[in-house]
Amino acid sequence: MKLKAQFKRGISRALNGYGSDGSWGARGWGSDGSREFPMPATKLGLFAFLAAATVLFAMLTSAYLMQQAMSDWRPLPLPALLWLNTGLLLLSSAALEWARRSARRHLPRTSLWLLAAGVLAILFITGQLWAWQKLSAAGYFLATNPSSSFFYLLTAIHGLHVLGGLVAWGRTMTQMRQKTFAPQTQLSVELCALYWHFLLLVWLVMLLLFWLT
Amino acid sequence: MEHPTHRARVEHEAHHEPTGFWRRYIFSQDHKVIALQYTITALLVGAVGMGFSWLLRLQLGFPGEFKFIQPENYLQFVTQHGMIMIVYLLTALLLGGFGNYLIPLMIGAWDMAFPFLNMLSYWTYLVSVILLFAAFFVAGGPTGAGWTLYPPQSVIEGASPGAGWGIRLMLISLAVFVAAATMGGLNYVTTVLQGRTRGMTLMRLPLSVWGIFVASVLALLAFPALFVGGVMLLLDSLAGTSFFVPTVNLFGRQLGHEGGNPILFQHLFWYFGHPEVYIVILPAMGLVSDIIANHARKPIFGYRAMIWAILAIGAISFVVWAHHMFVSGMNPYFSFWFAVSTLAVAIPSAIKTYNWLLTLWGGNLRFTTPMLFAIGFVSTFVAGGLTGLFLGNVVVNVHLTDTYFVVGHFHLVMGVSAILGIFAGLYHWFPKATGRLYNETLGKIHFWVTFIGTYLIFFPMYWLGFLGVPRRYFSFSAVESLPPSAQGLSAFITVVALIVGAAQLLFAFNLIWSALRGKKSDGNPWHATTLEWQTPTTPPPHGNWGPEEPAVYRWAYDYSVPGAPQDYIPQNVAEVPAATQKK
Repeated sequence: MKLKAQFKRGISRALNGYGSDGSWGARGWGSDGSREFPMPATKLGLFAFLAAATVLFAMLTSAYLMQQAMSDWRPLPLPALLWLNTGLLLLSSAALEWARRSARRHLPRTSLWLLAAGVLAILFITGQLWAWQKLSAAGYFLATNPSSSFFYLLTAIHGLHVLGGLVAWGRTMTQMRQKTFAPQTQLSVELCALYWHFLLLVWLVMLLLFWLT
Repeated sequence: MEHPTHRARVEHEAHHEPTGFWRRYIFSQDHKVIALQYTITALLVGAVGMGFSWLLRLQLGFPGEFKFIQPENYLQFVTQHGMIMIVYLLTALLLGGFGNYLIPLMIGAWDMAFPFLNMLSYWTYLVSVILLFAAFFVAGGPTGAGWTLYPPQSVIEGASPGAGWGIRLMLISLAVFVAAATMGGLNYVTTVLQGRTRGMTLMRLPLSVWGIFVASVLALLAFPALFVGGVMLLLDSLAGTSFFVPTVNLFGRQLGHEGGNPILFQHLFWYFGHPEVYIVILPAMGLVSDIIANHARKPIFGYRAMIWAILAIGAISFVVWAHHMFVSGMNPYFSFWFAVSTLAVAIPSAIKTYNWLLTLWGGNLRFTTPMLFAIGFVSTFVAGGLTGLFLGNVVVNVHLTDTYFVVGHFHLVMGVSAILGIFAGLYHWFPKATGRLYNETLGKIHFWVTFIGTYLIFFPMYWLGFLGVPRRYFSFSAVESLPPSAQGLSAFITVVALIVGAAQLLFAFNLIWSALRGKKSDGNPWHATTLEWQTPTTPPPHGNWGPEEPAVYRWAYDYSVPGAPQDYIPQNVAEVPAATQKK
């Protein structure tokens, strides 16, 4: 029991930064007594993670571009479902943006927007899995050609990132239920929105990549 | 304004100070415990890596004498030695060990920004180590494809030893390691930017923190490339995809792959692999800078230039990767660019070297063990770095590629240098971490054997390389162009390598014995200025600073300030006689 409490506190500290009372929040002093990086540690941590994730997707993108220039690259027919999925992710991102804005003004509908965003993201994942199913039904498997390998790999890695986002989303949902609009909750919503927009951007780039080649 | 919350938090933490053995020493979230866990694990793994170097040297020095070393084993030894030393020893020890220990203490923080993530980082690292060694117990053994793991040979059964589960476990282990390094890197970057105490501006940070900070940024931006390459190679091996493996006809047997591009792997690998060199050398440079300034009792020469050099090296490290691939073939304009950018690294490197030398110049030198190792670092860094100028030139590179010249180069410039920097750091911060002094005589013997020994090992390799001795060969009996003297030199290198390896036992003994029985040390035996030496107790307590975190009033290098009562002024001292105030 005690260990479980310790574990939970650890998780919350890992996600929120040291001292979830926010005392860590804004340190890092400049020479004139002002703060050099006036932003919560968690937000900076997320930016650092996004930088690493950007490199990850940039590497995959450049690998894709190099590979598709090879002579034995056979283009992949894109399932039309992808457009629907793109719409779902776009709506999800938009819903989170509304959640972020209404959280800032402490509006009660924040949790509704948040819920909608999560459901849409789950639908997106389902849609992606369905697209996989359609592709394999059409005879395009993971090892069929580098084009299909890349498609499965890129969508899988992107999907895993969305799933990771859903974990953070679930935590934010519980926060919303417990104590509404603590600064911490507001920050969580904001960080979720930031992450969602990033994943939307990555997906749009990837879709463009699939579509153009 | 900040005070009440700070105090509340400190008290809150004090109540939560872990008590039981498990949470205090095993599943600890204290950065100092995690640092020691990283350090001890990495040193043990490194000892295994050194054992492999003995085995492969035995074969090279006395071919055929040791019947248990077959060509497959030899390739596995070479591969595992390289991978263990670069990733699981140097990276883990410098970032996970020194980064964890020094960052919060040097910047005046209670702990890392995300302590739980920090703990998770260590345990993830341990899992990657276990996976690494698990490969020894699968059919075919660990991979023997060279630490670069180039496909197609690394994943095709029969083309290299351990091409089945050996390589797969290696790749899974690397992917797990990337996760550990990313968790650590996020923490180090965030902590350095956000955790600094009042008065600790970026331009007052000790260079150790600067080195570790920039290396952490490099790790965040470089490791994803290894992750991508590793996952794709794993799929090639496990799922039969063709990311890297082209159509292959192996002894008349047509394999199922088609359309893969092996060069693509090389790009991904070296996009990670080259910054990786700086991920291990920048922290070592930082440690060495602080140690040299401290034991020379002088401010570091050109502090700002040092920082700009660190940043420049970090930035350039991302645009030089293809110099590892000159012989893989590329557009001549590309190779021109990569040669020029590679040679440009010499400029910030030279700035740093001159600054170290000018710090030593006229200093009140104390030749303690850490100081000796730090000076040794500068020496091997120059001796190895200068040959980088040879290798960076395409026309020279083509002849020297895959010879012992390259082996000598990278061992001196990033292998030996980084490890000498680590030794310097371990001896220097040993009194802080344990509260005891190490044995100085043993330390000096350890230094001289290691330092002279590494020159005797790696300098002759330059010569072997000029003779054209290829690296990674099990036996040279079929290479008729080699004179017999090459074999004599190889035997000599092996004998020295055995001696230097044995000397590390002195180090291990010194470390263990002194930690248990060494003379008690006070909190600041080196009369150092930086914050970690000003903690209320030694070793520092949980939370580092007690009720009040230190405030910083000066940079980290106020040594031998004229008119000051002592020859050093700690960073958290506000008042000194007015005439001596440093601007």
